[in-house]
Amino acid sequence: MPDVIVDGQRVSVPQGTPLLEAVRAAGEYLPTLCYQEGLAPYGACRLCMVAITEPCTAVVASCSYPVEEDMAVETKAPEAVAARRLALEFLLGRYPRSDTIREMAAQEGVSATRFPAPLAEGANELCVLCGLCVRVCRDLIGAAAISFIGRGSERRVGTPFEVQSDACIGCGACAEICPTGAIEIEDRGHTRILHTWNTKVELRSCPACGKFFAPAPMVILQDMMPEVAESWTLCPDCRRLDTSRQWIGEAATQARRLAP
Amino acid sequence: MRLIAETPPPPAGVLLAKLHSINAAHGYLPEPELRAAADELGVPLSQLYSAASFYASFSFQPRGRHTIQVCLGTACYIRGGDRLLEKLASLLGVEPGDTTEDRAFTLETAYCFGSCSMAPVIRIDGEPYGRLRADQLPRILKNYRQKGAGDGEEGA
Amino acid sequence: MKVRTRTDLDTLRAEGLSALYPSRARIAVGMATCGLATGAASVYQALRDEAEAQGLELDLVATGCLGYCQQEPLVDVRLPGQDRIVYARVTPHRARELIAALVRGKLPMEGALAVIPQEDAPPDRTRPTDLPLLPELPFYARQQKVILRNSGLIDPLRLEEYIARGGYQGLARALLTLSPQAVVDEVIASGLRGRGGGGFPTGRKWQICRDADGTPKYIVCNGDEGDPGAYMDRTVLESDPYSVIEGMVIGGYAIGAPEGYLYVRDEYPLAVERVTEAVTRAGEMGLLGGDILGSGFGFSLQIVRGAGAFVCGEETALLASIEGGLGEPRPKPPYPATSGLWGQPTVINNVKTWGSVSAILARGADWYAGIGVEGNTGTVVFSLVGKVANTGLVEVPLGLTLQEMIEGIGGGGLDGKAVKGVQTGGPSGGCLPARLFQLPIDYETLTEAGSIMGSGGMVVMDEETCMVDVARYFLTFTMDESCGKCTPCREGTRAMHDILTRIIEGKGTEVDLDLLEEIAVWVKTSSLCGLGQTAPNPVLTTLRYFRDEYTAHVAEGHCPAGVCRALIELRILPELCTGCGLCLRECPAGAITGEKKEPHVIDPQLCTRCRLCYDVCPVDAIEIVR
Repeated sequence: MPDVIVDGQRVSVPQGTPLLEAVRAAGEYLPTLCYQEGLAPYGACRLCMVAITEPCTAVVASCSYPVEEDMAVETKAPEAVAARRLALEFLLGRYPRSDTIREMAAQEGVSATRFPAPLAEGANELCVLCGLCVRVCRDLIGAAAISFIGRGSERRVGTPFEVQSDACIGCGACAEICPTGAIEIEDRGHTRILHTWNTKVELRSCPACGKFFAPAPMVILQDMMPEVAESWTLCPDCRRLDTSRQWIGEAATQARRLAP
Repeated sequence: MRLIAETPPPPAGVLLAKLHSINAAHGYLPEPELRAAADELGVPLSQLYSAASFYASFSFQPRGRHTIQVCLGTACYIRGGDRLLEKLASLLGVEPGDTTEDRAFTLETAYCFGSCSMAPVIRIDGEPYGRLRADQLPRILKNYRQKGAGDGEEGA
Repeated sequence: MKVRTRTDLDTLRAEGLSALYPSRARIAVGMATCGLATGAASVYQALRDEAEAQGLELDLVATGCLGYCQQEPLVDVRLPGQDRIVYARVTPHRARELIAALVRGKLPMEGALAVIPQEDAPPDRTRPTDLPLLPELPFYARQQKVILRNSGLIDPLRLEEYIARGGYQGLARALLTLSPQAVVDEVIASGLRGRGGGGFPTGRKWQICRDADGTPKYIVCNGDEGDPGAYMDRTVLESDPYSVIEGMVIGGYAIGAPEGYLYVRDEYPLAVERVTEAVTRAGEMGLLGGDILGSGFGFSLQIVRGAGAFVCGEETALLASIEGGLGEPRPKPPYPATSGLWGQPTVINNVKTWGSVSAILARGADWYAGIGVEGNTGTVVFSLVGKVANTGLVEVPLGLTLQEMIEGIGGGGLDGKAVKGVQTGGPSGGCLPARLFQLPIDYETLTEAGSIMGSGGMVVMDEETCMVDVARYFLTFTMDESCGKCTPCREGTRAMHDILTRIIEGKGTEVDLDLLEEIAVWVKTSSLCGLGQTAPNPVLTTLRYFRDEYTAHVAEGHCPAGVCRALIELRILPELCTGCGLCLRECPAGAITGEKKEPHVIDPQLCTRCRLCYDVCPVDAIEIVR
């Protein structure tokens, strides 16, 4: 368990921990966009910059830097602060409509930008290209329905050819993990519309009450987890009722058995 | 910890090689070919598409019969490559990246063919033309229109 | 035949020697990409056709590049028992004359540049006339060929010729007499540093990889030479591919890797073709594959072709490109030596590094360490290009000064114009002013001055180059090539580019200069990979060394070099104009009018200020009004 000294405070963290987690363990705050526990560090947003003072001198992205015994890091060193602030100033300039960015910037003392550069017509005004949606879809869910397209300033996230995806299972993990709320999903009748991905997924209806509740492609979960297959076909409300009825029915059966 | 099981990735270099072979066969990357290739290689289509959209060598639009690439590498830029590009754009009536109306030529830029001592350099269908002067362009284009380009010629 | 033993190597060596020094005339035409770009193929054709027509028996060979690219197409002729004579700027017409002269049993002197002495020639060898020896030419005087030892001297694909000049002696020594650790020790002792630009000690990298846990391990060659203005790697792959292949097998043996990948840039079709063919032939000869030279060590090599992305020259992006197609860089640490291809320990080195390895193992670490200066041993290949009189590939020991390079070897400014500065290290490097030309060329000195050694691109700039325009040019490049993954590189290069554009349009202010510097520092500090980390270097060095040009642009709206289009006007001086009409024909905008033999006129409304007219006017009748 290496010791790391964060802003003068010593913390002990398991080997292999990213420096960012050591900073958090010491109770210090760093802004992040592309970091998510459970997903491999990506190192794209460059917000989590800190200054390492031992064993070397460097300003690094803490999410993707491994800890070492007796490593010393300063979160408030001027170079690190300046790096974080300028990154947020640019993000503010690019995504003026994002509350997340505005709040994050304010927390670092940035409330205005010298670099206004709103996105081109038709682009997703809230997508900060952190890649969390791509990574969760590819590495955690395994559907790999979306990916990065293009290069440089043209870089954006989308489905292949930016049309209806055959691989999307409509789980919505992308929207859930997006830090800026850039992904729009709407359930309308028997269809789940993932507006951001130009994709529609059919919903299945509950055999008990008829409500549309789950994306049909997620029926694959039944095949993968047959032990819960039966209860998965019912919508959450009917499943609850079903479970309650089973319990009550069992209690009644027990009572009858024990009756004199 | 993963919901849908992972399929093993194709061997090293295979994905790039596949994109090259589609590009060589069609002059660009048609959608049906890419979809089929993803199935064949056993990779997610999103991964193949991502790679295809990343590289300058590939295009999703059909190209003209002849592709002209103007080098804008440092040595060529210092020796007037940008002006060759302007002259070609003016002669062909297209912007860089576009194809002429009669689909004869696609005009593209590239960053260095490694013929820097012969700057400025252009390539037509892969043939290099070095030490090029703008006034030689009309004749070279004419040769290609008549479909009979030889090897790379010296501009001097 | 398959090469199974050292004796087999000797047999091939003898064959190679007879091929290199046949008993009849041998004519070699430089047919690397540079030669081809200036018409070498027509020259080759003319030689062959004329020889056939005249019934002249000779060996006609397509070789690689001699390095004196300014003088291409280059042809060298060897008559039996004599040294080779190099002819420069050969045309098909002169080629036919050459054959005619040979038929008469003579060698023409017209167009002859120099004599290439045979290294092990007897001392009483007859020298034709008083032609200088190649090493006596100013261009070659300070050069020492190690990486380019065979370029232009052999048929690149004939293994016998490579072996005849010492090829595969290094591999034989390594596999048959040294342990893998001893090979690593040899590379460490040589002092070789990575020639891709970083200059990391090669032996140390190999040791780290050798010591790392995990199998399999991999060997990779970075042939994605993306620096515009640099073409050394291309030349080595086209002119001497076996030197790289041999180096990689040695590396595989040293670290215990049975597999290697050679990544070549898509923009180099001839290099891809040559090295692919070389790998095939080496395999057929048993120098790739199982049980090489009976050592028990087997190594296989695969060529991977890039697809037009400068960022794939960055090692982690290159590995990602090989694995899954997308060339996105990954955070470092961990470094490829411990976690590289597929997460396995991987040694990835540049083409020139591998080409040096094969020489080092053949001739020994002490020999190599004796070249150059301490801490900067060996030779480096530069592409000397731009506004310099002698352009071409130059291989020199480290420690030579910029002055000796640009004035001595390069012959000074093109057309006698004053040299203003030199860009080293491509878009990752910096522009150093002429007043610093006494600096020696070594890794530390260049880095201290604000530039980097880089892969070897050296672009000379003169008094007609605007340094602000150059900075903007490099930002256009890095902005276009940025993969877009990380915020600073994606947003910062675009912002710097926008500011520089404003400045060259005459709309910049002093505040812009401070802003430029602030953004530059941020991009340098915070970027994920080397592309972003070095993209600001051209800006930072030009601000440091050529600030007066920036100030002229922002404070006075004036471009001292007379380049920036918004800040100049072009005018034809009627008293000098002869009405030849050259400028009229050149103008891409159709802005020039005039009758034959009458003074011409430029319409300022149509003129785009590209200065093509200024360049072609034979009587200097066009004025750039600043």
